[in-house]
Amino acid sequence: MAGLVKRYPDRVAVNGLDLEIPRGECFGLLGPNGAGKTTTLRLLLGLTTPSAGSITVLDHPIPAEARLARRRIGVVPQTDNLDPDFSVIENLTVYARYFGLAPHEVQTRIASLLDFAQLTDRARTNLRELSGGTKRRLTLIRALIHDPELIILDEPTTGLDPHARQHLWDRLGSLRAEGRTLILTTHYMEEAERLCDRVAIMDEGRIRSLGAPRELIEQLLPRFVLEIREPVPENLLLDPSCYTLERVGTLTLVYASRRDPLTDLASRLHLNRYIERPTNLEDCFLKLTGRELRE
Amino acid sequence: MSTLWPSLGFGSVWARNFLVWKKLMIPSLIANFGEPLLYLLAFGYGFGHFVKTMDHLPYLVFLATGIVCSSAMNAASFEALYSAFTRLEMQKTWEAILTAPLEPADLILGEVSWAATKGLINALAIVLVGLVLGLWWGPGMLWVLPVILCMGFAFASLAMIMTVLARSYDFFVYYMILLLTPLLLISGVFFPLQALPRPVVQVAEWLPLTHAIALIRPLLVGQTPRNIWGNLAVLIAYGVGGYVLATYIATRRLRR
Ligand SMILES: Nc1ncnc2c1ncn2[C@@H]1O[C@H](COP(=O)(O)OP(=O)(O)OP(=O)(O)O)[C@@H](O)[C@H]1O
Ligand SMILES: [Mg+2]
Repeated sequence: MAGLVKRYPDRVAVNGLDLEIPRGECFGLLGPNGAGKTTTLRLLLGLTTPSAGSITVLDHPIPAEARLARRRIGVVPQTDNLDPDFSVIENLTVYARYFGLAPHEVQTRIASLLDFAQLTDRARTNLRELSGGTKRRLTLIRALIHDPELIILDEPTTGLDPHARQHLWDRLGSLRAEGRTLILTTHYMEEAERLCDRVAIMDEGRIRSLGAPRELIEQLLPRFVLEIREPVPENLLLDPSCYTLERVGTLTLVYASRRDPLTDLASRLHLNRYIERPTNLEDCFLKLTGRELRE
Repeated sequence: MSTLWPSLGFGSVWARNFLVWKKLMIPSLIANFGEPLLYLLAFGYGFGHFVKTMDHLPYLVFLATGIVCSSAMNAASFEALYSAFTRLEMQKTWEAILTAPLEPADLILGEVSWAATKGLINALAIVLVGLVLGLWWGPGMLWVLPVILCMGFAFASLAMIMTVLARSYDFFVYYMILLLTPLLLISGVFFPLQALPRPVVQVAEWLPLTHAIALIRPLLVGQTPRNIWGNLAVLIAYGVGGYVLATYIATRRLRR
């Protein structure tokens, strides 16, 4: 992707994106609602034409050869669009046919995919009887029906319970181990930290920060943070070499590169409601997008 | 322009819709046979009591040939309006299809060809009812099948333009009431065109249903239509024109 722009009449959804994702990588696209993540994915798939810029996916120029590229890409959309008129297995055979694969050609593949998603005993169940988590698993294997090299997942785990999420993470892990490229969006920073080799934090159609999750955290923030959920004195006496201070509403955040000064501070102020923890990707995310905007 | 050119992938969209229909085949077929049968019996025997012949045909035969056409028209239109819109907006089936290596052109052709098939299925039900009632019989009848498919294609394409423009189902009521119903009344389904005032006839001569009837009525009763190629050309023009316009609009809507 180079210089990618997508304008809508009333707003710019993607505003100058340059990005290269090597094969075999698991890449995470993060960003607040409306940042342009889904639009970026739709551009990659040739589902919408860019206002400016160029895209190449799996050596195919997009949108010119989008049809050829999509033969090799699996898609898990943000909202499920499984076919409610069909059972689990029919959903898979019908979708396979869109790729030019006849039912008998995909029989064994379907059996192994159902097994992969632990859906074998639900094969004949009607779609309307499935829970959200089960549908999500079905959506995932539907995206794998044509054995794609690249898998694009738009918020694959949104709305799933912890079990279902763990299961999906595990499955995504094995897909990566098979050498497939994954591009996913998520609002769960823990998920991105756990799954992704690299992440990009997007806001207002631009990439604000790009790198391995650990690197991003180290670049942007000290190692530790003290989250104080109670009023603290206005002019908290801090040693500026150790601390940086941030206030968000009633929450006060004190960052430091070591743990001790934070522990000291907490006991010095006789705090009751506080958490002392390592900084994480969520802190980066909020620093880059949420907090700065709201201040 | 290449985006208007469909690929063979359209068949997979047709097959998807066929599979749904197959699952609900029995109730669907009962409705297909039942409704027109009731119409035929009520109108045919009721009217037929007073009106013996129309345009040199027994009234029941005249009416039944017209109803073959109107039911193909209605079924194809309904499928391309309501059912297709459900797949577009409610079920997001189109969205799923477009993430596969299919383009809007394939999707629209798949939907339109399915709606035409649906028209054929419904019309065929009446052709069979007519056979059983002894209204018609003859080998020439087989020719009505491709003709019905052509007219179904024309009406499905026209309806598809509405579907890809529509924001809600309300839109379709206008199409049905303001366009299809008048069409039904002035195209020679219930009485011959000549009964109408001259200007109306002149309009009717440009309408697809008129041309469909001009082919299907003689073919069913074993006559040769007077202007086969002319009639077919009009139907195909409506079909292709509708398809091109619907695909163009669909591409703009779906590829935003
Ligand atoms: N078809 C469209 N027409 C007009 N505006 C659009 C269209 N699609 C997206 N937008 C706008 O573009 C912006 C980016 O939307 P996008 O769906 O890409 O965000 P996102 O990062 O996926 O958000 P979310 O986390 O909520 O899914 C939003 O402001 C949205 O309103
Ligand atoms: Mg989104």
